[in-house]
Amino acid sequence: MKNARQDETPPQWAVNFLRWYCRPRLAEDLEGDLYEYFQRNVTEKGLRRARWIYAIDVLKFLRPYTIRPVQLLTFLSHFIMLSSYLKSSRRNLVRNKLFSFINIAGLAVGLSVGLLVIAILTDLLAYDQFHEKKDRIYRIVTHHQGHGNPEMKLASTSVKAGRQIRADIPGVEEVTVLRSGFGGDAQIGEKKIPVEGKWADNSFFRVFSFPLVAGDPKTALKEPYSLVLTEQTAHKLFGDDNALGRTIRFDSLDYTVTGIAEDVPHQSHLRFDMLVSFASADATIGKKQPDFYGWDNIWQNYVYLTLPPASTPAAVQPALDRLSAAENKALHNLKLTLSLQPLSRIAFSKGLNNNIGPTVDPLWLWGLGGLALIVILSACFNYTNLSVARSLRRSREVSVRKVIGARRSHIIGQFLTESVIIALASLLIAFGLYIFLRKEFLSLAPDITEMVKLTLSLRTILYFVGLAVAVGLAAGFLPAVFFSGINALTAMKNAPVFKPVRRIGLRKVLIITQYTFSLIFISTTIVGYSQYKKILNFDLGFTTDNIINLKLYGADPAVLKKDLAGLPEVKGISQSMMVTSLGSFFGFTVKYLPGDSALVWENRVDEHYLPLHGHTLLAGTNFTLRPEKGQESEVIVNQQVLKRFNIGGQNPRKAIGQFVTVDGQKLAIVGVMKDFNYGTLEQKIGPVMFRYTRSDPNGFLNLKVATGDIAATLVKLDEVWKKYDKVHPLNARFYHEQIEAAYSRYAILMKVIGFIAILAICIASLGLFGMVVFTIETRMKEVSIRKVLGAGEAGLVYLLCKSFLVLLVLAAAIALPVTYLLFDKLVLPQFVYHQPIGLAELLSGSLLVMFFALLMIGTQTAKAARVNPTNVLKGE
Amino acid sequence: MKGTNLGEFEELVLLTIAALGQEAYSVAICDELERYTGRAAKLGVVHAVLNRLEEKSLAKSYLGEASATRGGKRKRFYEVSQAGKAALVRSREIRDNIWQTISGLNLEGLS
Repeated sequence: MKNARQDETPPQWAVNFLRWYCRPRLAEDLEGDLYEYFQRNVTEKGLRRARWIYAIDVLKFLRPYTIRPVQLLTFLSHFIMLSSYLKSSRRNLVRNKLFSFINIAGLAVGLSVGLLVIAILTDLLAYDQFHEKKDRIYRIVTHHQGHGNPEMKLASTSVKAGRQIRADIPGVEEVTVLRSGFGGDAQIGEKKIPVEGKWADNSFFRVFSFPLVAGDPKTALKEPYSLVLTEQTAHKLFGDDNALGRTIRFDSLDYTVTGIAEDVPHQSHLRFDMLVSFASADATIGKKQPDFYGWDNIWQNYVYLTLPPASTPAAVQPALDRLSAAENKALHNLKLTLSLQPLSRIAFSKGLNNNIGPTVDPLWLWGLGGLALIVILSACFNYTNLSVARSLRRSREVSVRKVIGARRSHIIGQFLTESVIIALASLLIAFGLYIFLRKEFLSLAPDITEMVKLTLSLRTILYFVGLAVAVGLAAGFLPAVFFSGINALTAMKNAPVFKPVRRIGLRKVLIITQYTFSLIFISTTIVGYSQYKKILNFDLGFTTDNIINLKLYGADPAVLKKDLAGLPEVKGISQSMMVTSLGSFFGFTVKYLPGDSALVWENRVDEHYLPLHGHTLLAGTNFTLRPEKGQESEVIVNQQVLKRFNIGGQNPRKAIGQFVTVDGQKLAIVGVMKDFNYGTLEQKIGPVMFRYTRSDPNGFLNLKVATGDIAATLVKLDEVWKKYDKVHPLNARFYHEQIEAAYSRYAILMKVIGFIAILAICIASLGLFGMVVFTIETRMKEVSIRKVLGAGEAGLVYLLCKSFLVLLVLAAAIALPVTYLLFDKLVLPQFVYHQPIGLAELLSGSLLVMFFALLMIGTQTAKAARVNPTNVLKGE
Repeated sequence: MKGTNLGEFEELVLLTIAALGQEAYSVAICDELERYTGRAAKLGVVHAVLNRLEEKSLAKSYLGEASATRGGKRKRFYEVSQAGKAALVRSREIRDNIWQTISGLNLEGLS
C-alpha cells in the first residue's frame, strides 16, 4: 500500500461531521478505521470515489450507538451565559462608536428595503384568499391563435364557452359568466350619477364569496333588469335610505336593486361597484346582436368555474380541448383554445391580455426581491468585514472565554447573539425608514396603490422581526465561525490569529462585490434613464406637439367642436376614435384577395386628423367624402397593409383605387400614408388603416393649441366642457403626457432601481469608509516611521490608497461590461425601435461613484499622512 | 438468555478476535473475516457487532499507540474476555454434542 500523499485527504466536512456527532469514546478509532479504508480506496478506486465512499460511510455510521448524547449542561449554559453575552456585546458597541454606527446604519438601510418587499409580498399573496372555495375556483383563459400572428393569451373568453361548459362538460361544479363594460349614468329621480358595473349571472354568488348584507344571493341576479350594489355605491346613489327594491334608470330602462353586497375587499382581483344580472345583457344586447353568443366573441366576457374538491384542471382539460376543436371548425384562419387558470395565480398573471383586475408580473417581484437581497447582503458584508477586521481586539476576549471553559458553540452563540441584537436595533431605525419608503413607493404610480395597500398587520410585523433575526444570523455567521475557531494560546501570545492572506482576501472580495453591484445599479439607472428619454422623444412618424386629447364621454362632437373652435388658443381640431401610440389596439379583419384575410389595426378619424398630426401621405389624398355613420366608402392605409396583401405590387400609387373588404363593406383605398408607430415602441409596426368618422360621441377630440399659458387654456377648456357635460369632469391631456404615461412602468422601474442604487452606494461607501479608517489605524505606526525616515505626504497617501484603488478599478472592470450586456442583450431587445447606448451615459455613473470613493479615501489618508509622527511613536 | 447468547456472526467475530491475538482491531478483523468466510465483511456491520460484544462484556478493548498510517489516530484493539471465552467454549460444546448424536450422516453428496 502506498502512502497517501498530502492532498489525498477525505472530505473535511465529513470528518468534521463525524467528530461532531460521534461519541467521544468511539470517535478516534472510528475516524482511524475510516481513514484506513479511505487510503485503500484511493489506491484501488481513485481519489474521487474514495472521498465519495468516505462521506457515505460517515453518514452510514450515524446510528443510535454512535451518536453523542445531548449534554444538558452545555445546552443550558447558553442561557446562563446570555446575560454575559449581552453585556460584552453592549460594551463592544459603545467602545467602537464608528463601527457600530456603520453597522447599524447599513443594516437599517438594507432592512428597510427588505421590509418593503415583505409588505408587498404579504399583500399580494393574500389576493383572492377570502373566497370560501378559493382552492377550487378557476378562470377560463383563451388562447387566440390567428393565422400568421403570434399566439395571444386572453383572460377573457366567449359567453358561448361558458354556456357550453355548463351544459356539456361533466365534472365541473359551478360556472359563472361575467361581462365587463356596463356603464352609464344612473338616474334616480332628477339625480344623475355615473356608475360602472359588470354583468354577472345567477351563479356568481355560488362561485365567489361576496357576502350580501341585504337580498337573497340565490336569486339576486336571476331576473332581467335586476342589479346588486355594493354598500358604498348604494350610499352614493341613495344616501342613507334603504336601497333594496328601489329603481334605477339607465338610458331608458328601469333596473331594480335586488341586493346590497358588502364592499369588495381590496385584495380581490374582481372589483365592482355594481353587478347587473346577465339576463339583462341577454335582453339588451344579446337579442339584438347575433354575434353576442359567437364563439369568437372573446373580448369582454369572463368565465369562472369551480371544480369538485377532488378534481384537478387536468381532468377537465380534454373536455375543453374537444369543445374548442368542435367550435373551431366554423372559424377561418383562427384557432381558439381554452385552459384553466387557478384563482390564486390570477393576480400574478403573466402575458395575459384583457385582464379584469390588477395584475403584477411575477418577474417584477423576483426582481424587486433580488434587489432587496443584494442591498441586505451588502449591509451584511459590511458587518462581516468590519467584525473580522477588528479580530485582533476581540480575539483576546474570545481566548479568555475559551481558557475559562467556553466551547466552540458558546463563542458562536455569543457572536450570533451580538449580531442579532444589532440587527434588531437596526430594525427600529429600518421601520422608520420603511414608513417613509412605503409612502414614496405608493405614490410612484396609481397602479401600485390599486394593487397593494401595505397596511401593517401583526403578521407583517412578525415577518419583519423574522427578517431582522435572519439578517442578524447571516451577518454574524462568518465572524462567529472565525472567532470560534481561534486558538486561545496563539491569541494570548498576541500573534496574528488567522493566516493574514486568507482574511484580507475575503475582505477584498466582499468590497469588490459591493462596489460591483453598486456600480451596476448606478450605471443601469443612468443608461436606463437616458434610454427612457430617447423613447419619449422617439420620432413616431407623426407629431404630438401641442396636441391635447379630450375624451368625449358621449358629448356631441359637432356642437362641442364649434364652441371650442371659438377659443383663440385652439389652432385646430380633429376627431379620432382612439389615441394611437399608447399601447391600445383596435382592429378588424380585412380581406383583399379572396381567401386571404388579416387583422389590421385601425383608427377612425375625421378629415382634419392627418394634417393636424402631420402624417405623411405617400400617395392619394385625405378623405374626400363626408359620409354619415355606416355609409363609408374610403380608407387610408399604411405601407404595411400594401406589403401584407401585396396591393399594387407595394407601390403606393398603384394601390390607390383598390378595394378592400372590412366588416362586410367594400372600401376604396384613397390614400397611402407612411408607416408610423401605432403601438408602443415595444411592438413592430404592423398594418394600420384609418377609416372615416365624424359623429362618434365615444372618441376623442384632438386640439392643437397655442404654446403659452397652458394652465389658462385648460381652464377655458373646462369652462366650455361644463356647458355640455355636468356629470363627467373634463378629461383632456397633452399627447406627450399620455405617451409618458404609456411608458410609466419604465419610469417606475428607473425610479426603483435608482433608489436602490443610492442605497447600495451608501452602504458600500459606509463599508469602504470603515475599512479605510481601520486600515489607517492599524498602519499608523508604519506611517509614522516612514515619515520619520523621510517619506513625503503624497507618497504616504499613495501607499495607503493603493490597495483600495485596485479594488475599485476591479469592481468597475466587472460592472461596466455587465451593465452593457444587460442592456444590449436583455433590456433593449424589448423595444423593436430603440437607439444605441452612449459611452458617456455608461461611464458617468461609475466615474461619479469612483470620484466620491476616492475623495473619501483621499481625505482620510491625507489626514493620516499629516499626523505628527512623534504623537504616535512617543507611546512606544 | 439475552446477554450471554451468541449470534452466529457474533461468534465468528469473537473467534476472529481470538485468532488474531494481539493484532485484533476493526480493520484487521474485517479482513480476516473476509479471508475465512469468503464473504465481504463491512466495517459498519463489524463495528456494530464489536460494540455489542463489548456491551455484553464478551470482549474488552483498549487503545493502542498512534501511528502515521491512520492519520495519527490510534487503533482500538479487542481481546476476548473471560466471559467471552466461556461463551465460545459453550457454543462449541453445544455443537459438538449435537454432532455426536448424528450417526452416519451421509456427507458423500458434498465434496
